[in-house]
Amino acid sequence: MPVAAGQVGRLSQALMAMVLGVFIVGVVGFSHIDVIHNAAHDVRHSNAFPCH
Amino acid sequence: MGTFRSIVFSSVIAGFIVGLIVTVAQQFGTVPLILKAEVFEKAAETHQHEHDSAAAPQAAAAGHDHAGHSHADHDHGAAGWEPREGLERNAYTAVANVLTAIGFALLLAGFFAVRSGATGESISWHEGLLWGLAGFAVFTIAPGLGLPPELPGVPTAPLLSRQIWWLAAVLATAAGLALIVFRRTVPAAIAGVILLTLPHLIGAPELQHVETNVPSSLSHQFMVAVTLTSLVFWSLLGSLTSTIFARFDRNADRPA
Repeated sequence: MPVAAGQVGRLSQALMAMVLGVFIVGVVGFSHIDVIHNAAHDVRHSNAFPCH
Repeated sequence: MGTFRSIVFSSVIAGFIVGLIVTVAQQFGTVPLILKAEVFEKAAETHQHEHDSAAAPQAAAAGHDHAGHSHADHDHGAAGWEPREGLERNAYTAVANVLTAIGFALLLAGFFAVRSGATGESISWHEGLLWGLAGFAVFTIAPGLGLPPELPGVPTAPLLSRQIWWLAAVLATAAGLALIVFRRTVPAAIAGVILLTLPHLIGAPELQHVETNVPSSLSHQFMVAVTLTSLVFWSLLGSLTSTIFARFDRNADRPA
């Protein structure tokens, strides 16, 4: 049981980090907020994220 | 929180290094082309403003995605903050690159943690590189087939529809590759290939008529530049994040 609990802990911590990562990429690359768009403009184009 | 801390620390370090290297690469690759295209974009805008009242129906017919918006929405419009040209603009580009790299590194390191937790062995730089190349396929190649890297000034279908298709292509490609790599059965492989193909059969949103004065040779150069810098980004991010994560993770309290 401790093994399973440890694995679950690792999995949930990994998932938490991944959700955080997706959130950061989402804000920088996909947010419709004007100021964020303008600041990250060249990066959105350079990453081929849909822009404008 | 040993695992979470290892993931975050390694992602921040790898993201910083890769984000800064890619910012330099972009200064030679993509950014000069964006600046060139903006000259065409601004010229077209001035032209459109002059003929705004007369040519409004024409703009709508061209399907320009700003036609329905007010001009205040536009990123190069007079209203709304935007970074000043030169150093300030490039500084924000560097910050955005570092943040994007950290975000994707968190995603990669999350997979590394799950993988090494399951196998009991730490992730090698080589496996990390392969994960990075998978990221390149999922986040650059697959969405780029339907929505090629765009230059400013090239009219495109409405933003939200393109973002939705982009996300769908990314999810389908990731799921398809995962089925093929991790299941290793014939039905899973067939389902995987179908998933890889599906977004492109449905097709990305596009305009019927694209009228732009941005030369197509510039667009082609841009496509090559984006793909190459992205390849550098993902190769570095995969191998660096895995190397640094393996080091942190070895020292952290391993579960079980």
